[in-house]
Amino acid sequence: MAIAHEYEYFAPASLFEATQILSQFGKKAAPLAGGTDLIVFIKEGMITPAAVIDLKRVKDLKALEIKAEGLFLGANTTFSDLVNSQIIKREYRLLWESAHSVASVGIRNRATVVGNICSAIPSMDAAPALLCYDAVVHLISLGSEREVPIQQWFVAPRKTLRKPDEIVAGISLKKPADKHAGIYLKLGRYKGEDLAQAGLGILVTEKWEYRLAFCAVAPIPARASSIEGLLFGKKLNPELILQVQNLIPTEIAPINDIRSSARYRTHICKVMMQRGLPAAVDRLNGVEIDNTGILGG
Amino acid sequence: MAKIRITLNKEKRRLDVETNETLLEVLRDKLGMKSPKCGCDRGDCGSCAVLLSGKSVRSCLILAIECDGVEITTLEGISQDGMNKLQEAFIEFSSFQCGYCAPGVIISATELLKANPHPSLDEIKEALSGNLCRCTGYTPIFDAILAATKKEK
Ligand SMILES: Cc1cc2nc3c(=O)[nH]c(=O)nc-3n(C[C@H](O)[C@H](O)[C@H](O)COP(=O)(O)OP(=O)(O)OC[C@H]3O[C@@H](n4cnc5c(N)ncnc54)[C@H](O)[C@@H]3O)c2cc1C
Ligand code: FES
Ligand code: FES
Repeated sequence: MAIAHEYEYFAPASLFEATQILSQFGKKAAPLAGGTDLIVFIKEGMITPAAVIDLKRVKDLKALEIKAEGLFLGANTTFSDLVNSQIIKREYRLLWESAHSVASVGIRNRATVVGNICSAIPSMDAAPALLCYDAVVHLISLGSEREVPIQQWFVAPRKTLRKPDEIVAGISLKKPADKHAGIYLKLGRYKGEDLAQAGLGILVTEKWEYRLAFCAVAPIPARASSIEGLLFGKKLNPELILQVQNLIPTEIAPINDIRSSARYRTHICKVMMQRGLPAAVDRLNGVEIDNTGILGG
Repeated sequence: MAKIRITLNKEKRRLDVETNETLLEVLRDKLGMKSPKCGCDRGDCGSCAVLLSGKSVRSCLILAIECDGVEITTLEGISQDGMNKLQEAFIEFSSFQCGYCAPGVIISATELLKANPHPSLDEIKEALSGNLCRCTGYTPIFDAILAATKKEK
């Protein structure tokens, strides 16, 4: 099927050039990364840009950088770049598992993490990991730069703090100072290529600091702060997990949609906590855990 | 209209494309490659898969103009020197019924076997999780790929 809509196409080689074009077209321009969302949006007439600005040739938008203190995911980092990195798999397991849960190889080979947070659909898989790692979004426009904590980034479904003349240059993640472990649980309708009915990222440190973030169960992905407060400094026990489960309805605001009912989403979040929290702690203690089996096959 | 150069199945080509033409359309309608199929046209089914610089992608979600300077391989290219052991195994195990999914499936399997010549069944299932097949029930497809990894050629 041909794309009915017509637009100008630009493939700038530098960030300066890209921001120049963007400032010229403003709201009427759409940056293009992997295109796995954008091309669908344009085909379906959801957006009708006057200009498509392909960022893949912009050299300054580097791909993955792994540093001692954390990561920089340049705008051109694809989910496959993360999945294929042994260091990410070993040291950023929660991020690796969320990347691995996205669609299929053919989508992950193109889809970028930055594109994922710019599309900002409620079920996006990158968000829980980025929220748990206190990620920071780096934005560049003609002549200025700014940073936005990921906690503030998502405003509403498909709405972020990005201004029309801004390009997301990348996302930085910091490692917690203490020894830590993480896990990502995602429930789809079937194994394979499906968006989440619910997703939960968990990070726990040896000082019993817990970071928890959901996707697909509220208009925007978010940390579960009251649950984090309840768990802070405490070792897990069954009673504590029960208290966590009782707090879930106050932390999430799920909808009924084609993928799941709100009631089922609430239920599955409780199950995810019950199984995910001990699994994260087991990982902290060096136990090998396969996250894909935790919610059943 | 813009001019692009691509390397298609090892052959250098120059062509004119509209900015809103997808790679799938250009491959099928302008370049005569009939192996990539249009199933869903929105990234869900995998029947339009081709290799871009060796990696499987959905050609229905890529603009042709994005591919300037890029190397593209379709199933036609994989078969240039005759059928390989993977394709032979597909015939041996009757892994086609209507065959609509087969080019995309073989592209995904080709990418997998290059990186991992002896995958487990689970690894095969994962590599093919984005390729939908309406007819075979998948088992003959998995059997063929497993068999191909054991054949010498
Ligand atoms: C079949 C299929 C299955 C999918 N399954 C999943 C899934 O399981 N989980 C999941 O989370 N997602 C899934 N997705 C959604 C999609 O793959 C992701 O959202 C993807 O990460 C988007 O990245 P991209 O590079 O393709 O972005 P694009 O499509 O290129 O862009 C997405 C949006 O971000 C903007 N943008 C991109 N880069 C920048 C930048 N650097 N600066 C400013 N704006 C920018 C674009 O203008 C556009 O609005 C699926 C998609 C398909 C087609
Ligand atoms: S036609 Fe491209 S994925 Fe279905
Ligand atoms: S053989 Fe018909 S779709 Fe797979």
